[in-house]
Amino acid sequence: MEATHIQTETAAVHQVALSLRRRPAGRLREHILQGLFFICATVSILTTFGIIAVLLQETILFFERVSIVEFLTGTRWTPLFASKQFGVLPLVNGTLLVAGGAMLVALPLGLLAAIYLSEYATPRTRRVLKPILEILAGIPTVVYGYFALLFVTPILKTIWPQTQAFNALSASLVMGFMILPMVASISEDALSAVPQSLRQAAYALGSTKLEVSLRVVVPAALSGIAAALLLAVSRAIGETMIVAIAAGQQPKMTLNPLESIETMTAYIVQVSLGDTPQQSLEYHTIFAVGMLLFLLTLVMNVASHLITRRFREVYE
Amino acid sequence: MSLTSIHDPAFVRRLERRKRLGRFFELLCLAAVWLGILMLLTLLVDVVLDGLPWLRPELFTEFPSRFPDKAGLRSALQGTIWLIAITATLAVPIGLGAAIYLEEYARQNSLTRFIEINISNLAGVPSIIYGLLGLGLFVRGLDLGRSVLAGGMTMALLVMPTVIVASREAIRAVPLSMRQASFALGATPWQTVRHHVLPYAMPGILTGVILAMSRAIGETAPLITIGALTYVAFDLKGPLDIFTVLPIQIFNWVSLPQKEFHGLAAAGILILLIVLLSMNATAILLRNAYQKKVSW
Repeated sequence: MEATHIQTETAAVHQVALSLRRRPAGRLREHILQGLFFICATVSILTTFGIIAVLLQETILFFERVSIVEFLTGTRWTPLFASKQFGVLPLVNGTLLVAGGAMLVALPLGLLAAIYLSEYATPRTRRVLKPILEILAGIPTVVYGYFALLFVTPILKTIWPQTQAFNALSASLVMGFMILPMVASISEDALSAVPQSLRQAAYALGSTKLEVSLRVVVPAALSGIAAALLLAVSRAIGETMIVAIAAGQQPKMTLNPLESIETMTAYIVQVSLGDTPQQSLEYHTIFAVGMLLFLLTLVMNVASHLITRRFREVYE
Repeated sequence: MSLTSIHDPAFVRRLERRKRLGRFFELLCLAAVWLGILMLLTLLVDVVLDGLPWLRPELFTEFPSRFPDKAGLRSALQGTIWLIAITATLAVPIGLGAAIYLEEYARQNSLTRFIEINISNLAGVPSIIYGLLGLGLFVRGLDLGRSVLAGGMTMALLVMPTVIVASREAIRAVPLSMRQASFALGATPWQTVRHHVLPYAMPGILTGVILAMSRAIGETAPLITIGALTYVAFDLKGPLDIFTVLPIQIFNWVSLPQKEFHGLAAAGILILLIVLLSMNATAILLRNAYQKKVSW
């Protein structure tokens, strides 16, 4: 609320100052500049409309030739073969398999790291650890892809010899570590926002530090943690390079993480790498898959936004 | 019910167990942090071991080639420099303008709220979707082809939310009294912003710009989607030329089966990471220097 308060007050002061100006020439320049800044701000709206328009236009062309029911319920995805089938579920299956695996890594580790940073670490330790986690988050995804394919997969092969050269597991594991800093940082913000008085009350009742952390602080911060979880899932679903490099190009309905699969994002990359003619059906498929991806991540992001707004515990 | 005494042996035993459990949990939390750091170190060591033998002068002077001994990053480095120049030229003025509007001029109405929600949503859109936008709008719609200009415009839209959010925070941190003092002396809103708000907000804005640019240097997916994975064996002359960039060349080399190309990819990753880490270090130093100097 602090921010909106300053925002309105600043704007109000500006308006008063502007109306007090006498020289028309100066006022004209002020108005032109204000108009320019406004146009800059509308670029973001235009971007959103642009995304929706481009995706919608091509998706409609796609659904003129393929039934939407087949797309959403079919279990075979072979648009690049001679016998074309357009069931998107194998791609969704691959996406959720990798994203689910990544969450199994990122959620517990991220949450534990957040509890450590917020409840146990001294301010000094925190100042050292947080930038290191930020570095982990800033490494380009193509680097993680390299690591998954050429470091993690060979290790998996020595443990389980049946592991395929491209597999969902290595992509999942590495992606989990990639989104760990994001889960840790958002959860830590939520944990730190829990008022000190709640902790002190629990200590006064004789709780140990563990009991304070797990039974008082974490439940109080649950909405923030849920928001972090949703954002992380959305990030995992939209992640591209790790899966394009390490998870393979074989869309199939499987839950075996040692097999080669294909995600929605990896399919878009696969088609983009080839020389697909503009009006072909293959060209339209990447927009249809992109539309589905956009909607999935949008739902997660909006839900995360709503949870933080609706269920935020307000103290005092 | 009788009150338990703190000398009750059963209570003492339980308390000991609760405390032991607590120490175990603290170690568990610490282990989670260290696992993340260990993973980072393993990745760095792996890349250095793989890539160091391939980090030779030819890497900077040669074009990509079928022969690993003759392959280099010349066109990729040129492409990255062009791409960043175009991205910065577009994203920084527009992003900063939007931030100035939202902080200094916007009234609290539904349009402003709509713009704000829009920006936070755009920050969560997967980067590959921006690639599809660029493909439909710039490559096909404006008929720019698979040029570095189309790539730079796509990337500018992608990093715009980062620039806006960082600039807004920096501008908001300048106290209202600065503006009031400026207005009291007869300055116009623009004079106030130009001479009083922006100079104080500049370190924060620059930090945001550096972080946005380091994101643009590392992004691969949207550029692949607009079709930038091409064999470029000539010097980049202008914004309408086809191009390749560092991460795309790395992706290309990782995808090849020969081991030598994996070494080249690792060497490319080393260069990429050195550039990114020095940019991030600059941003952090800038932030710290700024926090020390200015206290309201």
